[in-house]
Amino acid sequence: MLREFLLLTLLVVSGTGGELCVSHAMKQIGEVHDFRPLALVKFVLQALRVAWMWVGVAMMALAFFSLLAMLSFENVSFVVPVTALSYAAGTVGAAVFLRERINTQRWVGVAIVCLGVTIVWLSHR
Amino acid sequence: MKEAEGFHLKTYLMIACIAIFSPLGNVLLGKGMKDVGSAREWSPSALPHVLARICSSGYIWLGVASLLTFFVAYMLVLTWADYSYVQPSSSLAYAVTGILSYLLLGEVITPLRWLGIAVICVGVLVVGHTAPRTTERV
Repeated sequence: MLREFLLLTLLVVSGTGGELCVSHAMKQIGEVHDFRPLALVKFVLQALRVAWMWVGVAMMALAFFSLLAMLSFENVSFVVPVTALSYAAGTVGAAVFLRERINTQRWVGVAIVCLGVTIVWLSHR
Repeated sequence: MKEAEGFHLKTYLMIACIAIFSPLGNVLLGKGMKDVGSAREWSPSALPHVLARICSSGYIWLGVASLLTFFVAYMLVLTWADYSYVQPSSSLAYAVTGILSYLLLGEVITPLRWLGIAVICVGVLVVGHTAPRTTERV
């Protein structure tokens, strides 16, 4: 189970880290109000000039390949539910790195998700 | 009246797409990767060969296409519906993953695993019922 644990850790940390980096990059660009095709192309080009975006994309690619590696020897019904752990990592990361305020209800939800992931992990033969 | 019906219909259609295409994508990736071979036997020197096999797998491309469809549907529905209304559909995706794994891949899912999946669905649902913005607008 050590290999599964290491791959899951890599998947959750790089996936969540990637999303946090992309979120940080998006906040630097600012809110989008113009949804016309040309404006969207300009927005994408602007996003590609932010370094955090590239770090985020690289981390998300690493998460995708970790997912593929895990799916190569584990059941989908095991892998996908345990990746829900990213809700916990994302919430902690958002509170620590993005300084978002997390209310009690969201922490309760995260705790329930962690309980569910633990049960799925224990169901592993 | 007809406009409201159309609005609800397209929202439900998009939520159905989200709940189906995300799990379907993962199931197809799972099927493709089982054909590629276990990562337990991958050596660093074999990685280019493994990567070539991944890129030439039809199931993997179908899985990626399915995940892209999910992503587009998710983005589209968020342009007219509230995040807190749409987000619970991602909790449904965990249950659909279990059902599709059982039906399409023939995976044996124990009652304990079903219980874990159900608890995760509840947890994601609770997370989704919180405010989508907690920071002040800049």
